[in-house]
Amino acid sequence: MSDNSLRLVWVYPDLLSTYGDQGNALVVERRARQRGLDVARLDVRSDQPVPSSGDIYLIGGGEDRPQRLAAERLRRDGGLQRAAANGAIIFSVCAGYQILGHEFINDLGEREPGLGLLDVVSTRGEGERCVGDVLGDIDERLGLPQLTGFENHQGVTHLGPTARPFARVRLGRGNGTGDGTEGAYNETVFGTYMHGPVLARNPQIADLLLKLALDVNALPPTDDRWYEALRAERIASATQPA
Amino acid sequence: MAGNAEPLSPRAKLAVTAGKAAAAVSRAAGRGSGSVIGGRVALKLDPDLLGRLATHLDVVLVSATNGKTTTTRLIAEALRASGPVVSNALGANMPAGITSALAGGSDARYGVIEVDEKYLAGVARDVTPKAIALLNLSRDQLDRAAETRMLAEKWREGLQGTKAVVIANADDPLVVWAASSSPNVVWVAAGQEWKDDAWSCPACGGVMQRPGDDWFCGECGFRRPAPSWVLNGDYVLDPHGSAWPIHLQLPGRANKANAATSAAVAAVFGVPPQVALERMYQVQAVAGRYDVVSFQGRELRLLLAKNPAGWLETFSLIDPPPTPVILSVNARGADGTDTSWLWDVDYTRLAGHPIFVIGDRKLDLAVRLEVANLDFRVCESLAECVQLAPPGQIELIANYTAFQDVRRTVGN
Repeated sequence: MSDNSLRLVWVYPDLLSTYGDQGNALVVERRARQRGLDVARLDVRSDQPVPSSGDIYLIGGGEDRPQRLAAERLRRDGGLQRAAANGAIIFSVCAGYQILGHEFINDLGEREPGLGLLDVVSTRGEGERCVGDVLGDIDERLGLPQLTGFENHQGVTHLGPTARPFARVRLGRGNGTGDGTEGAYNETVFGTYMHGPVLARNPQIADLLLKLALDVNALPPTDDRWYEALRAERIASATQPA
Repeated sequence: MAGNAEPLSPRAKLAVTAGKAAAAVSRAAGRGSGSVIGGRVALKLDPDLLGRLATHLDVVLVSATNGKTTTTRLIAEALRASGPVVSNALGANMPAGITSALAGGSDARYGVIEVDEKYLAGVARDVTPKAIALLNLSRDQLDRAAETRMLAEKWREGLQGTKAVVIANADDPLVVWAASSSPNVVWVAAGQEWKDDAWSCPACGGVMQRPGDDWFCGECGFRRPAPSWVLNGDYVLDPHGSAWPIHLQLPGRANKANAATSAAVAAVFGVPPQVALERMYQVQAVAGRYDVVSFQGRELRLLLAKNPAGWLETFSLIDPPPTPVILSVNARGADGTDTSWLWDVDYTRLAGHPIFVIGDRKLDLAVRLEVANLDFRVCESLAECVQLAPPGQIELIANYTAFQDVRRTVGN
């Protein structure tokens, strides 16, 4: 992180912000400010260059055609790849998650190259779309509480050897591979199918991104009672459907 | 044109009768107005009934993500100046509900029909409308609805070569894309506050440039068409350049836009703007929306907002602080079960208002408001909100089923 200001980059809201993805940016921003940090949030439209000097990058979900356009423009731009090489923290959701992998199936039914920042390959599932609440256990190495979110996708994402599953689902489909995995991550790059938005449902993940970006082990506590109340309700509702 | 030139076939008559009987049974059983079940029964017996019922009418279809029920009502009011109107005024906007509404208006001259976005192309094929009004398209119920741009694409395909006059909003790029396959379009500059579903060009995917009120694609030639009707503050300018004042009892910019579009539709049917707009003043509340009700000694104005674009337009019409605001959000089937859209709504616009939160998903709202750094109270019931609210008329904003819940609670 440069000086005392956290540079938060929201990638391509014009294309990849269909499912309340702005929420992830708002949560990171809010939680950083609550810790006394200055936050410079930069929303980068797809006709603008992605800066390579950000600390945290967020990339959201979107519809099939915008996803292809985003992949084309990000490949051409190169800024996000340079940021990753600089060790920036990148957190991606759904369509954005697929774009960070090696390839995915685009709106024309063709294999579209991704950015290769995560060792995953996505295809399109044959069955029904995965829609609904998800409950899972986040990889224990990350030391985070249960994952709660909402999934809405047709993708199937297979993990390669250098990507670890971000979570294992108890309820829901996650990566859609049938092995119970959800999302993927390596040292600095994270991907998930969870909406909700996922950082509003799981503020500890937002804090993890901050800790990684700041290179600290702990952050001052915040008043999380509403997050906790929401989490308790969603987890209860997922385990005991009405 | 209109009238009862050709009587319904015996089969169609039977279908109408059976539909009415089913609706009566449904009403008697306390299961709503029965219009949908009645229409379903009738359509089963005579699948072409919708088209047959419409042959006796001059029909206008109204579709959009937001404002279709209100606009349907405004157009119906305007056209009554020149003849009896049949309309699905209560918002039953899929083929069964539409069939049922038309079956109830055998002496009507005009059919003013609200159509669900997903059914527009099919209904337009069945009823050969004289006019089709397209107001706006934006994200709504993404867990079950089609993608917004795909919807525009379906409209575009369905309306290709239509004989109807299409009255379309020049300020919504998705609507313009949908309408521009039609040979006869009347463009209305009706405005649209929400822009976040049209940043990429529906034609080529290029990034949309939006200087001021204009818009154009930076890559292909797709751009805002020159409008012949223009909403300008409290006036609508007609194609001859005359400015007509819009006086409505309904609040807000969005309803002025609905009135401007309705005036353009009325003109297609020969009703002059002055007459049309004067008649629109009669409309007070639409299916409970905008109604001011009394509850536990307090006045509440009931506002429906179902999606981010609707919330944005609603924020711009509420009374300023310190007017108390109650927010209620559910996520049942009819609302969409994913609450992520709350994060597309800019709740900081409510800063300064005392805010009270209820509904099935009040905790989602609580987190949303906390992150927006707003003060708010989470309540267990509408009664509790009302007890805690400081004096003055209260604005109540709710999404679809939450709105129905509130109407039941206040006995509206």
